[in-house]
Amino acid sequence: MNREATYVEAIREATRQEMERDESVVVYGLDVDDPKAIQGTTAGLLEKFGAGRVFGTPLAEDAMTGVGIGMALAGLRPIHVHIRMDFVMLAMNQLINVAAKSRYMYGGQVQIPLVVRAMIGRSWGQGAQHSQGLYSFFMSVPGLRVVAPTNPHDAKGCLVEAIRTDDPVLYVEHRFLHFQKGPVPEALYATPLGKARVTVPGTDVTLVGISYAQTECLQAQRYLEAVGISAEVIDPIWLSPLDVETIADSVAKTGRLCVVDNGWTTCGAGAEIIARVMERLQSVREVKILRLGFAPVTCPPTPTLEALYYPNGRTIAAGVNDLVLGRPTGWVPEERKEWKNIEFKGPF
Amino acid sequence: MNERFYRALYRIRRVEEEVAKAYPSDKIKSPVHLSIGQEAVAVGVCEALKPEDIVFASYRGHAAYLAKGGDLNRMIAELYGRVTGCAKGKGGSMHLIDVAHGVMGSSAVVGTTIPNAAGYAYALKLRGSDALVAAFFGDGATDEGVFYESLNFAALKRLPMIFICENNSYAIHTHQNQRQAISNIAERAASFGIPAEVIADDVIAVYSAIDKAAKAIRSGAGGPFFFECMTYRWKEHVGPGEDYHLGYRSREEATKWIDNDQVRVAGERLRAPRRASIEAEVEAEIADAFAFAENSPFPSADELWKDVYGASTA
Repeated sequence: MNREATYVEAIREATRQEMERDESVVVYGLDVDDPKAIQGTTAGLLEKFGAGRVFGTPLAEDAMTGVGIGMALAGLRPIHVHIRMDFVMLAMNQLINVAAKSRYMYGGQVQIPLVVRAMIGRSWGQGAQHSQGLYSFFMSVPGLRVVAPTNPHDAKGCLVEAIRTDDPVLYVEHRFLHFQKGPVPEALYATPLGKARVTVPGTDVTLVGISYAQTECLQAQRYLEAVGISAEVIDPIWLSPLDVETIADSVAKTGRLCVVDNGWTTCGAGAEIIARVMERLQSVREVKILRLGFAPVTCPPTPTLEALYYPNGRTIAAGVNDLVLGRPTGWVPEERKEWKNIEFKGPF
Repeated sequence: MNERFYRALYRIRRVEEEVAKAYPSDKIKSPVHLSIGQEAVAVGVCEALKPEDIVFASYRGHAAYLAKGGDLNRMIAELYGRVTGCAKGKGGSMHLIDVAHGVMGSSAVVGTTIPNAAGYAYALKLRGSDALVAAFFGDGATDEGVFYESLNFAALKRLPMIFICENNSYAIHTHQNQRQAISNIAERAASFGIPAEVIADDVIAVYSAIDKAAKAIRSGAGGPFFFECMTYRWKEHVGPGEDYHLGYRSREEATKWIDNDQVRVAGERLRAPRRASIEAEVEAEIADAFAFAENSPFPSADELWKDVYGASTA
């Protein structure tokens, strides 16, 4: 597996190959057919597949989600693209009341194979309404699947799986990950539902990073390694269903768990992961826990405050160091710029 | 045609009257929103549709379900929460479905199925199908933003669909005039470039209008079409009773509509013996349906866990 591709290229290739393979796959959403083509993820699809299967929409997230559900009921496999997850809030009724529930409330007679691609992210003063990773809302609703791939390999495989599965899937992609490079097979493959991956093995602490936080955790792992702490880094990949077993097995070994979320910690994905691990390990072994995420405030766009708002490799390392040593030390590692942009090398 | 209309109207009226009668027994543990008084809309629309056409309904959806050919036994069993129900007892009165007969679901949240109907129509168009979609909703749904978003999309894509607004003047207990600055629902639809019409409470008028629109869509002239069908709910918003004592509307207001009862009017078009035999057949069918529900089992415990997700493909 020598070929490297970016996360954007991986999304585009998965979409194109699935559209070639299955003519029921349709891509739509605001701006999917504009010159920027959603960071390039939908570039070329209109020319190849035509305006019937690739179309931009009115600014109507609620109805357009309902339209996707209607298409899915009629046997299509729509992919609805949102340039910001913040806009998905306008579609909560359709996603939660219809997409998630239809299979169940109609006694298994219908299915909604809808993929909702939702970009999250931060950066550069995006501020209060362009920075939110609200996937934990969806994790609490049975019937929806949630996936947050972190590397190009999984970006392709998870999108293929999301398209093929007969359930609605929220596909969460962080803008900072879009230009990550990594190994991506050219052939079509699907990354199975509900399987986490141990990205880096370790013995002292289990470090779970969701979406872009995975790269921050990989940085933290190196900072910690430099002071003699061995962190096992886990990428959950699928948030719903969640592979608790892989995480709990690791924590059973390390006795320490830190979850770094791309969202607020209250009722967040980290809260859920820690609760599920503790349910399994209580009375098995004592576990020390730490959850990190956005500061519990509205995201400020000004750089000095924004830097404090997000956890990063150094603040994660600092927190985990204290967790492992069992006391506040005040230690924060000196910045190592060469660890800033860690790419995913595979193999997977 | 008269016989068909009367059978459909009488059947819906009597099914709902029986639902109302059974309701106090508590065997139906599901909120019911009865269509009594509104039957002419569902019947007029669905009689003009073909079996392969699709309808989406609202929580007041018994009439559309039955008029489109939805299975009566399975509907009553659904209200009774039995596993033989159209959704295995997991939908209830507000989520009736009969895929085989083109009833693709109904929603408890107002306005929700309107875009689903539009999406279904988009898929039909993409596949070059001859079928069309009818979306039923009330005047209350036209307060919702999703209604306008859906109108715009349907007009933009010229979708093979027919919007059916069942205007009964009330959203729960609030009159249209207290919710909308101007009561011009059809005009609003027309402003999207959609042919729109107001139709009186008359089953033949509804049928003729829908038949014409459906033929236009099938001839390739495209859609969508919009119809605001004036009607009236005789019973309370939810439940089997009447609610004129609440004071938000008067019995006198209702009398005008009751005097124009489309079930009675359609019945009077038939000769007495023919009418009697239709009624006897319908009564027997309804009695069978309630017996079917009564004698059906509840879902087994393992049904709690079924149909949450499909299988993984990888």
